Amino acid sequence: MLIRRPDDIPSSEITPEGLYQNRRAFIGTAGALALGALVAPANMGAAERQKDDITPEKDATTYNNFYEFGTSKEDPAENAKDFRTTPWTVNVEGLVKNPRPYDINELLGRLTVYDRTYRMRCVEAWSMVIPWQGIQLRDLINRLEPLPSAKFIEFTTLLDPRRMPGQRSGVLPWPYKEALRMDEAMHPLTLFATGMYGKPLPNQNGAPLRLVVPWKYGFKGIKSIVKIRFTEAMPNTTWSDANPREYGFYANVNPAVDHPRWSQAKERRIGEFLKRNTLPFNGYADQVASLYAGMDLRKFY
Amino acid sequence: MSAGATAAPARAGLIARAEPIVRRVLRPTLWAVVLFPLPWMVGRLLLDQLGADPIDKLERESGAWALRFLIASLAVTPLMRLTGWGWLVAQRRFLGLAAFFWTAAHLSVYTVLDWFFDWGEIIKDITEHLYITLGMGAFTLMIPLALTSTKASIRRLGGSRWNKLHALVYVSVILACFHFAWAVKKDLTQPMLYGALAAGLLLFRVFWRTRTRDSRRTSALVQSPKEG
Repeated sequence: MLIRRPDDIPSSEITPEGLYQNRRAFIGTAGALALGALVAPANMGAAERQKDDITPEKDATTYNNFYEFGTSKEDPAENAKDFRTTPWTVNVEGLVKNPRPYDINELLGRLTVYDRTYRMRCVEAWSMVIPWQGIQLRDLINRLEPLPSAKFIEFTTLLDPRRMPGQRSGVLPWPYKEALRMDEAMHPLTLFATGMYGKPLPNQNGAPLRLVVPWKYGFKGIKSIVKIRFTEAMPNTTWSDANPREYGFYANVNPAVDHPRWSQAKERRIGEFLKRNTLPFNGYADQVASLYAGMDLRKFY
Repeated sequence: MSAGATAAPARAGLIARAEPIVRRVLRPTLWAVVLFPLPWMVGRLLLDQLGADPIDKLERESGAWALRFLIASLAVTPLMRLTGWGWLVAQRRFLGLAAFFWTAAHLSVYTVLDWFFDWGEIIKDITEHLYITLGMGAFTLMIPLALTSTKASIRRLGGSRWNKLHALVYVSVILACFHFAWAVKKDLTQPMLYGALAAGLLLFRVFWRTRTRDSRRTSALVQSPKEG
């Protein structure tokens, strides 16, 4: 029997496919708008709640940050074309009942697959709305039965410079690692995605298995996962290791805490002309803010 | 006769033979290179060939062209020294103005497309974010240079004062390189490449100045007994 939990984002925020906005419309109107705007101060992007139309699939699959396949946005779609994801083994390690390698089908088999449309806010101040398919990470954690001493969960991307040409450069310390506190990992919004737009996850988006944590900056969403490790101490994470001043462990979307070099107050929704205001916890504050009660979010960025 | 002795006149001969050809084709080529990116960008914008974030792409490309022409303008003087082609000096001004044009285009993309005249945010961006401050600094320093780029200005200011004023371009290119490096999230390959080119061209000037100063001193030493 298929048991489906109600989705954790209001249905008002999920837009049916087919209502993709014609994002190129702005190009035609931009010129005309520009003329009138010198006098009228533009604060039109400031509406607090705006429609979240699904980002065109073409944009979500050709505009990617996946440095394992190159550092420019177009690189991953090009360089991951021939990346093979079968067979795929995930090593489960650390403070868990049964640490051993799992074939991905065994690891995820018979767990409920959910459709979740989430906003995705990149730390570079752009955002998308992506319809994911995947399992709730909490369901997998429950299946794996971590020991009570496990306080964090760490994820590692495949390390294979022959198949991931970006790893031949030293732009980041490889392999890519990310981690969550156990309560973050157990939150029902946290997804282990295996598909998007109703199709298997494209290579450039992190096939065959990636993390999606919609209230955190996109770089927390580690791709092509080959290792899951349960730990007691807070694990190191790649971007924080690369530049601890600019990237922290939590990386919660927060318009009030700027990146040291640029503002996080606004974002450009891909396909839109005017910037939007960035929302605390990327608009998921009602669901997740309580996880961080009492924490100084300026310090734990 | 040694091989080295023949090589130098041969090279000089080559330069002399190339000069009329280069002189004829250089300016039309430069015009084409300076203007070509404009229809290239607009065309791709209209044909939806700029990817998912066309504004970001236009911003980066216009900035890259600005820096390219700025560095190209710095390359003219060393080239003039090495070839002895004095007429190149006119290309220096041309490339400087091209750099100014593309910097203005870059700033327009930022103001109109990226922020859509949101002056409050723009001012905050300039004052709070160092890489924007540096970019604005680089642009601001170019304004007096563009304004005094006419022959009449050179005459009015006098060559030495005009040269002193236009030394601001050295500050501008340094600011522009740091602006670029800080705008990049992590992959510094491109900024390093442009930075190395700019640094090389600035170092050439230091090198040339000390060399000519030394040779002047040497020739003075050689000549002094004769005069004495």
